[in-house]
Amino acid sequence: MEKFTRLEGLVAPLDRANVDTDAIIPKQFLKSIKRSGFGPNLFDEWRYLDHGEPGQDCSNRPLNKDFVLNQPRYQGAQILLARENFGCGSSREHAPWALLDYGFRAVIAPSFADIFFNNCFKNGILPIVMDAEEVDRLFKETAATEGYRLTVDLEKQLVTTPGGHGISFEVDAFRKYCLLNGLDDIGLTLQNADKIRAYEERRKIEAPWLFV
Amino acid sequence: MSAQTLYDKLWQSHVVHTEPDGTTLLYIDRHLLHEVTSPQAFEGLRLAGRKPWRLSANLAVADHNVPTTDRSHGIADPISRLQVETLDDNCAGFGITEFKMDDVRQGIVHVIGPEQGATLPGMTVVCGDSHTSTHGAFGALAHGIGTSEVEHVLATQCLLQKKSKAMLVRVEGTLGKGATAKDIALAVIGKIGTAGGTGYAIEFAGSAIRSLSMEGRMTLCNMAIEAGARAGMVAVDDTTINYVKGRPFAPKGDLWDKAVANWRTLVSDEGAHFDAVVELDAAAIKPSVTWGTSPEMVVTVDDKVPDPAQEPDPVKRSGMERALAYMGLQANTPITQIAVDKVFIGSCTNSRIEDLRGAAKIAKGKHKAANVKQVMVVPGSGLVKQQAEAEGLDKIFIAAGFEWRDPGCSMCLAMNADRLEPGERCASTSNRNFEGRQGAGGRTHLVSPEMAAAAAIAGHFVDVRELMGEV
Ligand code: SF4
Repeated sequence: MEKFTRLEGLVAPLDRANVDTDAIIPKQFLKSIKRSGFGPNLFDEWRYLDHGEPGQDCSNRPLNKDFVLNQPRYQGAQILLARENFGCGSSREHAPWALLDYGFRAVIAPSFADIFFNNCFKNGILPIVMDAEEVDRLFKETAATEGYRLTVDLEKQLVTTPGGHGISFEVDAFRKYCLLNGLDDIGLTLQNADKIRAYEERRKIEAPWLFV
Repeated sequence: MSAQTLYDKLWQSHVVHTEPDGTTLLYIDRHLLHEVTSPQAFEGLRLAGRKPWRLSANLAVADHNVPTTDRSHGIADPISRLQVETLDDNCAGFGITEFKMDDVRQGIVHVIGPEQGATLPGMTVVCGDSHTSTHGAFGALAHGIGTSEVEHVLATQCLLQKKSKAMLVRVEGTLGKGATAKDIALAVIGKIGTAGGTGYAIEFAGSAIRSLSMEGRMTLCNMAIEAGARAGMVAVDDTTINYVKGRPFAPKGDLWDKAVANWRTLVSDEGAHFDAVVELDAAAIKPSVTWGTSPEMVVTVDDKVPDPAQEPDPVKRSGMERALAYMGLQANTPITQIAVDKVFIGSCTNSRIEDLRGAAKIAKGKHKAANVKQVMVVPGSGLVKQQAEAEGLDKIFIAAGFEWRDPGCSMCLAMNADRLEPGERCASTSNRNFEGRQGAGGRTHLVSPEMAAAAAIAGHFVDVRELMGEV
């Protein structure tokens, strides 16, 4: 998993509440065999005017010009701004995979669905819970300023606006540690590799039939 | 040492490391893989430059997407085909043992693990599939995991877990005529509800459980997840040990004797503490049929479709009304008056040899009713299929107008070509009657294999006990 320490990135405002994982990545893409490559199908139904199927070349598909991510000024955005209950619906890990593949490293919203929130941390995305008023202010500033960028400092737990306004946020200590160090669960577990080996040696004596 | 439950013993013997907050690194003895939930896990390994920690702990098989008719043409849907080919490539690339589609040992992952002796008593068994609870029938700790965890197990042979609470479900007495392990499972879920086991590991015990065959115990543990419990288990006894003996992956010679001595200890100690205890009287369990869109919406075959008007809880009432509307059923209709369009005998719940024998006994010398469009019999594995054919069960089914298929998940979840059309009603031996589970708009009634075969013959649900010559 890629580390997340400090991010200075362009903001894209997705002004909707209850964005569900079906909207983030529609179900026909779940038959995919990959964890990557979902980026072109992120928000597929909103982003394109036609119906998307897995394996299709998206570069020639008709774009919905009204959809925010299709506007030139938001190309290359790394921070997604959204409203309440972002990521509700099914538990598909394909949702954070799609956001990450598209280029998002942080999502700011007043609240998130539980499973999606967890899945983000497993995939190197920082979901930031922020007061609805602060989120509202960021929406307004983003709309008013082309090229609006925010700085997210995970170590300090601080989001800073271009005007120098700082907004602090909460993050679970264990999750913060994992993100800062780029440790996924696997990385952490492998720090205990010696213990796993010692366990195996002991079990080979106690229960040798498990190792044939 | 104080008295321990079977779950305590299984847990304790697999702890590698425990954090102060109780988060435990638990060692996994057996990891089963299938094509749907593994591709991203393998990709993750590859991207991180990691290798499987212990190759021999893994065993893979494709089951969800495989066709259950002529396999010589391969898989028609290109996306399904790619998922299966990807499993083949990943297994070949990483060196993991896989039973390929044309291998006689291929079948539903939860059928082949035990069949091969790859599931053994005392093991921790995981798979990226919720019905992994099946393997608990062997006195093993077995549960489903997500894709990130599949990768975690591949890379570390461990899982990060917190210990569940322990529930004892005790079923005493002798099962009534015509009642099967499936009916025990449905009775338990009917009693505690689909969230009743949430946060628990369930141990099934009591004389009725001890009299069940391994097939029956697997059916029961399979459905523990439908009661909300990630793991279900049954203590080891002679039935367990006799089943495992001689299986390809089972220990042999000296090791066998050592293993058996250890396995004999895999029972809950006298006086062990359970956080919850549920008791059922086996004699009161009758052949059952689900009427709604959740496994807890179940009644016995001699009963009627319940009436929401009688339900005082408004939330439950509206749930019942929604279910009846989806199922196209009227309150108070006798279950035996519900006609079926299709019948599915298969799935990891009921596709083992004993299940097929049960269904064949009912179908023998009879023919499916004219209103029944299709009866599919899908054995759980190539070896089950072979055994059934050796016993002539295939001939009984074919003579009855049933289709005799190749092994796989098939119409349990309709990921391959086998599915219900909108509005079609199915008597099914599978485990989930959720909306759309067997095809968009399809209506599923969960029953035992005997009850499914009986419905196929009669064209509607019938009390299988009548066909057995007595009520
Ligand atoms: S048979 Fe059904 S429940 Fe069992 S593993 Fe296959 S799809 Fe899942």
